[in-house]
Amino acid sequence: MSLVERSARFGTARASRKGTPGAAVLGRFEARIAGWFLPALLLVVWEVLSRVGYLAPNVLPAPSAVASAGWQVLKSGELIHHMAVSTARALAGLAVGGSIGFVLGIANGLSDLTRRYSDTTLQMIRNIPHLALIPLVILWFGIEEEAKLFLVALGVFFPIYINTLHGVRSVDPQLIEMGRAYGMTRWTLFRDVVLPGALPSIFVGLRFALGIMWLTLIVAETIAAESGLAHMAMQAREFLLVDIVVLAIVIYALLGKLADVVTTVLERASLKWHPSFQKTEG
Amino acid sequence: MNAPLRPLNVPQRAAEPPVAGGIAASFNAVRRDFGAKRVLDGIDLQIEAGQFIAIVGKSGCGKSTLLRLLAGLDQPSGGSITSDGKPLEGLTRIMFQEPRLLPWQRVLANVEVGLPPEVRGEQRHERALAALAQVGLADRAGEWPSVLSGGQKQRVALARALISGPQILALDEPLGALDALTRIEMQRLVERIWREQGFTTVLVTHDVSEAVALADRIILIDDGRIALDLDVPLPRPRRRGNADSARLEGLILERLLGS
Ligand SMILES: Nc1ncnc2c1ncn2[C@@H]1O[C@H](COP(=O)(O)OP(=O)(O)OP(=O)(O)O)[C@@H](O)[C@H]1O
Ligand SMILES: [Mg+2]
Repeated sequence: MSLVERSARFGTARASRKGTPGAAVLGRFEARIAGWFLPALLLVVWEVLSRVGYLAPNVLPAPSAVASAGWQVLKSGELIHHMAVSTARALAGLAVGGSIGFVLGIANGLSDLTRRYSDTTLQMIRNIPHLALIPLVILWFGIEEEAKLFLVALGVFFPIYINTLHGVRSVDPQLIEMGRAYGMTRWTLFRDVVLPGALPSIFVGLRFALGIMWLTLIVAETIAAESGLAHMAMQAREFLLVDIVVLAIVIYALLGKLADVVTTVLERASLKWHPSFQKTEG
Repeated sequence: MNAPLRPLNVPQRAAEPPVAGGIAASFNAVRRDFGAKRVLDGIDLQIEAGQFIAIVGKSGCGKSTLLRLLAGLDQPSGGSITSDGKPLEGLTRIMFQEPRLLPWQRVLANVEVGLPPEVRGEQRHERALAALAQVGLADRAGEWPSVLSGGQKQRVALARALISGPQILALDEPLGALDALTRIEMQRLVERIWREQGFTTVLVTHDVSEAVALADRIILIDDGRIALDLDVPLPRPRRRGNADSARLEGLILERLLGS
């Protein structure tokens, strides 16, 4: 969600806070659960359609069936195992690709020299869909962990790199001049002016990166893996366990939402100063 | 962001500010061109150490440009700026025409930016808070700059400039967004701190009566040159609206309008 959308959203929340206290509480509660209304409705409709026999279980099993299949794999420990493996891969790839992207973005944002030499190369690589490298990656790494790490790292690198670069380069030059005029050292200038100024843009990059991270991982695990969520789904497909396949898809959706929530929390904590993130405190 | 992250080569100053006393500055045939446009066209100006000088002139006549040259943020296209014959190497602080507060730091931390790094720990908060109290904003120390009004932001920037213990202080329309009453209070504050610390002050202002109330000397810039260089021999503390100041104001306004 962009800052603009976010401020619009806070705008409506603020407006609804007027009126009686009871209505205000109700309004806040409504704002909180509103996002889950459609998913819940979908589940109910889906369940009903399955119960009346409109949806065949071997095409799309009922939510209750998916839930009980989920309970089974959860009890056996299988689900936890696969989720742990996938999460570790995702985070490792994010850490590697994200930090390279961040460092290069900062470096190229600050220095014209490194940007002159590396930006063209990076822009060329960016235009290759990284999933197109899968055959090559399998040739290089087989289906070992490195293959997944490489793909995820490559996938998250670009959104972080580009948005960090953009963030650093669009820091208000008047503020930088102010810092210099007040005798800030290079390091203080970076820490107090450049980095905080670039942060909103870096978060935009992180959001994109998280989406790409899951996407890449799922594709890579589907094609070349012996564990992980997508591997579990592929195995279930072989045994025609449609409920497990659907379960995996639902989990992807929840993990995506979780990543989004985590970013929002981080964003709010570090962008407290930003007008879009301020409550009506004063 | 196109400016490289180079710290300005301002020499370190003594640890215990405020350093009493200012330094002299002289503009020697200074020119500044922006492309084909000549904004400053041969400025010759000797500013004595500790002098309070006011610069007036129409919008766009090059006042901010002159201050930026003085602060070393910009280089002249011709001529030089010196201090006692040597290149200007003093501690110059500038208060910009815009507040330029860091939006991600609270008001107090923004004022602390003005303090030299030698001041540490609790001292920083205390000194910054005292400066905020002087501009009447002590109770807003914990706020984000974005919630302040234009005039309040300006006063925070003023506190940041006044706390820096400079040898030359350049003020670019520091009080433009203030109401008449606050404006007079802030003028008194600037004057008092200037008298305590004795730094050389260059004040750009649109308000001729402000110039007459504060300055030892008033410079009028027109068409890239100094059109008027007027001493203000009124005793301090100055009373507003007396016959002498009115006469001086009239003189300057006439020259401003006449050109
Ligand atoms: N970086 C720049 N590039 C091009 N032109 C510039 C630049 N800086 C200033 N100028 C021009 O120089 C002239 C003087 O600008 P300056 O900001 O010094 O005016 P000023 O006297 O401070 O005006 P005001 O009272 O409105 O603040 C203007 O015509 C402006 O357009
Ligand atoms: Mg100006």
